Amino acid sequence: MSHDTHEEVHITPYSTYIIILALLLVLTAITVGVTVIHLGTFSVAVALFVATIKGTLVLLYFMHLKFDNKLFLGLVAIVFAVYTAVIAITFIDYLSR
Amino acid sequence: MSDHSATQSHGLVHRDDEGSKLGMWLFIFTEILLFGALFIVYSVYRFKNQDAFHAAALNLDTVIGTVNTVILIVSSATIAMSISALQQKNKKLAITLMVITLVLAFSFLVNKYFEWGAKFHHGLYPGAEHLMSLGHGQNQFFFLYFFMTGLHAFHVIVGMGFIIFVMRQVMRDELTYNNYTRLENAGLYWHLVDLIWIYLFPLFYLIH
Repeated sequence: MSHDTHEEVHITPYSTYIIILALLLVLTAITVGVTVIHLGTFSVAVALFVATIKGTLVLLYFMHLKFDNKLFLGLVAIVFAVYTAVIAITFIDYLSR
Repeated sequence: MSDHSATQSHGLVHRDDEGSKLGMWLFIFTEILLFGALFIVYSVYRFKNQDAFHAAALNLDTVIGTVNTVILIVSSATIAMSISALQQKNKKLAITLMVITLVLAFSFLVNKYFEWGAKFHHGLYPGAEHLMSLGHGQNQFFFLYFFMTGLHAFHVIVGMGFIIFVMRQVMRDELTYNNYTRLENAGLYWHLVDLIWIYLFPLFYLIH
């Protein structure tokens, strides 16, 4: 997608997508599996952790952040950082009432 | 790449692929903040009504939720592959992959229809007498369930429209191997739909 030459266009091979797809399916199986074995309070943390790994794979590979102009990666990182801060502030508020 | 090839084929037509993609990303950020706000509402309500949320979540069908998760993940991969296919001048494969994506998207909605239908049948919808009798916490859970999965389903429908729109342009050769940013943008939107579901799924279907 760079504006200089044709050579710089990145074509992601199908195999990359197949590997990421397989990883996402395995991670889905893990999240569902973890629910079945009842980890109690732990299970929310595990579920969100696995979801975040899945989300990162989608953003980096399916949404091409790994291959595109790094500006996009930077912007996405800022948006998620701000969002995380808002969640933290909200919970500091609720936990300290 | 864009300026060069566009000048060759269309005279003075100017195209800014990078700028177009940036615009799509900025729109996606507003979507992330929209759903993000709802996730914060969800976490606060859940924090304040933990037992009610657990009890209410037992009514959701984990099997349908898992099937829909798999459907969205696979459709996300197929739309991503259709971009590679178009870049490699394989128009036929690109269109086939878009059709597969649309079929999967439609089956997601069919599952959603049956899932919601069952909830309505069991009196689990906002304002239903049965749900009202279950108390405040469970009401909040089902309000958020319908609002968030409903808003997500609306995004599935919009995403299907976007994919149909670019698919027609690929068919008419308006989008080609050296002019495919609009297909990429439709793909980005579809991946967003997948991304939101990746969080909706464990938060609603997997609380036990």
